[in-house]
Amino acid sequence: MQLVCPAGNLPALQAAVDAGADAVYAGLRDQTNARAFPGLNFGDEELRQGIAYAHARGARVYLALNTYPDSARLAQWQAAVDKAAGLGCDAVIVAEMAVLDYAARAHPALPRHLSVQGSATTAPALRYMHERFGIARAVLPRVLSIQQVERLCESAPVPLEVFAFGSLCIMVEGRCQLSSYVTGASPNRHGVCSPAGFVRWEEHADGRRSVRLNRVLIDRFEPAEPAGYPTVCKGRYAVGGETFHALEEPASLNTLELLPRLARAGVAALKIEGRQRGAAYVASVTRTWREALDRYRAAPAQWRPRPGWQSALARHAEGRQTTLGPYHRRWH
Amino acid sequence: MKLSLGPLQYFWPRERTLAFYREAARWPVDIVYLGETVCSKRRELAARDWTALAAELAESGKQVVLSSLALVEAESELGALGRLVEAGGGWIEANDLSAVQLCRLRGVPFVGGPSLNVYNHRALALLMEDGLRRWVPGVEQGEALLRELRAAMLAGGGAMPELEVIAFGRLPLAYSARCFTARALDVAKDQCGFRCIDHPDGLPLATREGRPFLRINGVQVQGEEVTDLGPELPALRALGVDVLRLYPQAEGMAEAVAHFHLARRSPQPPPRIGARNGYWHGGPGMRVDAAS
Repeated sequence: MQLVCPAGNLPALQAAVDAGADAVYAGLRDQTNARAFPGLNFGDEELRQGIAYAHARGARVYLALNTYPDSARLAQWQAAVDKAAGLGCDAVIVAEMAVLDYAARAHPALPRHLSVQGSATTAPALRYMHERFGIARAVLPRVLSIQQVERLCESAPVPLEVFAFGSLCIMVEGRCQLSSYVTGASPNRHGVCSPAGFVRWEEHADGRRSVRLNRVLIDRFEPAEPAGYPTVCKGRYAVGGETFHALEEPASLNTLELLPRLARAGVAALKIEGRQRGAAYVASVTRTWREALDRYRAAPAQWRPRPGWQSALARHAEGRQTTLGPYHRRWH
Repeated sequence: MKLSLGPLQYFWPRERTLAFYREAARWPVDIVYLGETVCSKRRELAARDWTALAAELAESGKQVVLSSLALVEAESELGALGRLVEAGGGWIEANDLSAVQLCRLRGVPFVGGPSLNVYNHRALALLMEDGLRRWVPGVEQGEALLRELRAAMLAGGGAMPELEVIAFGRLPLAYSARCFTARALDVAKDQCGFRCIDHPDGLPLATREGRPFLRINGVQVQGEEVTDLGPELPALRALGVDVLRLYPQAEGMAEAVAHFHLARRSPQPPPRIGARNGYWHGGPGMRVDAAS
């Protein structure tokens, strides 16, 4: 299984490659990718350097072009595909049909991966993208149980990549408008979720804190209570007279213990989430997964998740909590 | 301009659902979308019940479209989708790519549903090659985006399919593998007891300062506000909107249909009966000015 790691900037890309990533994925400094955060991503020259650095060390670079352009901006996404081809990216990760279609026609030799944002959860959906646009790989949305992933590996027309670690979207990727309902800015259209410009923290006299997104109260914290980033899905709300994390509590996905099952199922690649995280996160998480994968390859029958790996990963988890998420039926 | 009754997003008891559609047969709607789009475990009506309803409504002169599930995961759900497409006769509302693929392979005309993620004219043209005849844009797409899309389509020598916009109802905002109703009631999804049936308009979710915010509807999350594009009818006409979609709500649906029926025949836009849809004007979907 290939290890695919996030690169929000050049130092993170280098850290991922040095720590043993088989491939890194990166985005341009605009809204063509789903982590269009200020201070993140690559200009042309950095991307050129990053590709040279990775290729010199046998690693691949995938360019994420995984947002949904409206008609007026389609040309910008097409230009980004041209750029990926021109700079020598090893694949583009695309969600949207018109961009896939353009890439297939203009640069047929540039492999096209279907992004998680493409929301393809079944074999027919994958066959559609394969037959129509010749995708070479698909990244699965984080909604399927491990049994469903195993079955899909058997019936899918292309190799599959699954999320192994990182922040967890609980909604089907590409089908969540909670951010735009509150702020007008969305993952699909703008490459952002609950953007920082709309976040307002309020300190109260008693030491408590409130956090609002575009004036909507997302959560309130006791003085010593850890407070996470206020995405709409991770707030606390009142439902039926009780106040709780009605959609999801802050936690990160960690599938390390499923590694043998994913390998046996024939999953082609494991993806680490976190282009918005720094080089230290990328280095540590990549190193841990590299070691786990290498140990598995060397002796699959003896493989057990080591406590050291799990604690290294937990340190980087949201709220220091990890979950098997949707892979585990009980989560649903 | 035609009126459609969008698919019932909530889970109602069998008799209530049948009574609703018996009544709807007499309403001045032109199109009725039937079927379960949210959760495959909701089976108060079996596939043959929906088919029988479809026949009755067609008898009353409605165009009936069978709607597919927005999130398809299990083999059993794929099997049901296959049967829906095979059932033949009418159009399908394709709410995910699985449905698009099955319609394409069998040559079944389809409506591109709002969860399909079509954002530009090229994607729309590609889907039209596959059999798309009518398109319901996703909730995020407002007047300006649709105007640009239409202009780009026409400039490229293409023709628009029928355009249907969500004119009335709670907006479907998100889907998950997780059932939020089961979570709120502290039961496992696999032993949920079909408790959505107790919430005919979804389960209200409010912020910690008591502001109504979202509606939990099984694996779907909706906005709290019942949106209303009636006052924007002149703009909708100018855009070439062919169909106004009204989503079934538990109460007052006959009145809402009558309101839009009157409005579509009047040169004057009607008074507002629901919340302003901020997306239509290029902003956040909800009203945020009164949020705090």
